[in-house]
Amino acid sequence: MKVTEKDVAYVADLANLELSAPERAGMVRDLNSILDYIERLNELDTSNVEPMAQVSDRYGVDESKQGSERFAYASREDVVEGLRKSLPQDVALANAPDADGTFFRVPKVIER
Amino acid sequence: MQLTQLTIDAARSAVQERKTTALALAEAHYARIQSEDEQIGAFLTLCKERALEQADRIDRMAAEGKPLPPLGGVPVGVKDVMSTRGVRTTAGSKILGDYIPPYDCTAVARMEAAGAMVLGKTNCDEFAMGSSNENSAFRPVHNPRDLSRVPGGSSGGSAAAVAADMAVVALGSDTGGSIRQPASFCGVVGLMPTYGRVSRYGLIAFASSLDHIGPLAKTVEDAAIVLRTIAGRDPMDATSADLPVPDYVAEIEKPVRGLRLGVAKEYFGEGLDGEVRHAVESAIDKLQSLGCEIVPVSLPHTPYAIPTYYLIATAEASSNLARYDGVRYGYRAAGVKTLSEMYRRSRDEGFGAEVKRRIMLGTYALSAGYYDAYYLKAQKVRTLLTRDFEEAFRKVDAIVTPTSPTAAFRLGEKSNDPLAMYLADIYTVTADLAGIPGISIPCGETKQKLPIGLQILGKHFDEATILRVAHAYEQPA
Repeated sequence: MKVTEKDVAYVADLANLELSAPERAGMVRDLNSILDYIERLNELDTSNVEPMAQVSDRYGVDESKQGSERFAYASREDVVEGLRKSLPQDVALANAPDADGTFFRVPKVIER
Repeated sequence: MQLTQLTIDAARSAVQERKTTALALAEAHYARIQSEDEQIGAFLTLCKERALEQADRIDRMAAEGKPLPPLGGVPVGVKDVMSTRGVRTTAGSKILGDYIPPYDCTAVARMEAAGAMVLGKTNCDEFAMGSSNENSAFRPVHNPRDLSRVPGGSSGGSAAAVAADMAVVALGSDTGGSIRQPASFCGVVGLMPTYGRVSRYGLIAFASSLDHIGPLAKTVEDAAIVLRTIAGRDPMDATSADLPVPDYVAEIEKPVRGLRLGVAKEYFGEGLDGEVRHAVESAIDKLQSLGCEIVPVSLPHTPYAIPTYYLIATAEASSNLARYDGVRYGYRAAGVKTLSEMYRRSRDEGFGAEVKRRIMLGTYALSAGYYDAYYLKAQKVRTLLTRDFEEAFRKVDAIVTPTSPTAAFRLGEKSNDPLAMYLADIYTVTADLAGIPGISIPCGETKQKLPIGLQILGKHFDEATILRVAHAYEQPA
């Protein structure tokens, strides 16, 4: 067993989840089963292999260019409302569970 | 004229030639939704007002004798992970149950600019995480071909809507197979374009290095028309490629004689259902009889694709889904006293079981002490998987495989075993990881009349070739 109940509690904390007791027990079982399967990656020697974070730096770009120059076409002017207008305040607040017309409202951050 | 069984061109021409109206097409599809969708569950939200406004616009153009745009008067469905201004967009999740986006997804805007009528938003697995559509927070989707079976996932609603004639075409999204696998299960065409071919602006993010938007359609030509409409550079998405968009509709008519098609033994091994194997092998025979040369290729790292995918996709998801905090939009738990409690309880109550499982796995894979062993390892194997394809595509123009190892399974059959569910994507995740395009087209049925899918994979930005092969296969002998 790779993942213990304690690990699940720690990871849930990192992920801003609480999880009920039955959920935690289920998570221990499921994560161990999935990680057992994932173990097969260790059959491969990858010591001389470059990691690949994404595909768009390899394909569909001018490969004669280096690094971020390949994506020069994607850069834009650093100006306010460059590509589109910012959302008006009332629109930006419209989906908020709690807002006062100017700000998002949240519970107290600091306990006194 | 049977208004709900038309292709894009047939529908547009009928409106153009005043044999019917866009309004009549919209009404006919809504009537079909009314009569069929209670048992299927393909749509989560209908936006009739928006569709009828577009119908009016198109009908006035037709009345004035103006040429209609390519999708003029065509009723479409949009997977509920794509933002639609003023129309509820849930991503199949309770946490976005009341979310009304303030802007449109680029792909949707391009469809509407080309004349399409968006009928509504289609059901899907929560945040596109699933292979059966049973992870929708609202209701599961039933396969129109057999209501006791799943439609596949995560674009199950889009596939079912097209299969049941409730939409002419639909947009879906594919991160590990979510367009192609449901297309296969429902007996329709599903195309995942190359990574970067179609803008993801306005797509609710699941795994940003793997997410794609593409069409589900009744014919290959319809998929080509939609791709031509939505493809191309969008300044709002920095990952959209700066490349010209070919005329895919003209490309599919080119002959396939002399094309080299690869067949990889790794896609025909253990776990492949006998009837699926037989259907796919017969399809390969047909392609050979059409003049394609069949070439054996090897993709040796294929057995490592699922573990690689479930590390990378969940790691990215754990980061993308951190934004759901109950502050700016989305669900907030009631009666919370502190900010930290608000985050936790809102996420606990707002996310479903599979989404939490993936957030946990992804967070674990990225956490201190495990990053190298899991996330970095997976990124390296991703390089190996991509090299497999580069190597194979030196010898062939496209690769043909089964789309899924089985036909549609029953609701509930795999829902208690996450690993078994993940393996339903075994033949589709490879293309997402490598960023190459893939299409699934119907290639026969099982004895129980369940559709079987043939997958055709292509080179980066070479959708034209896989569409061409698919179109040639689709023609009656």
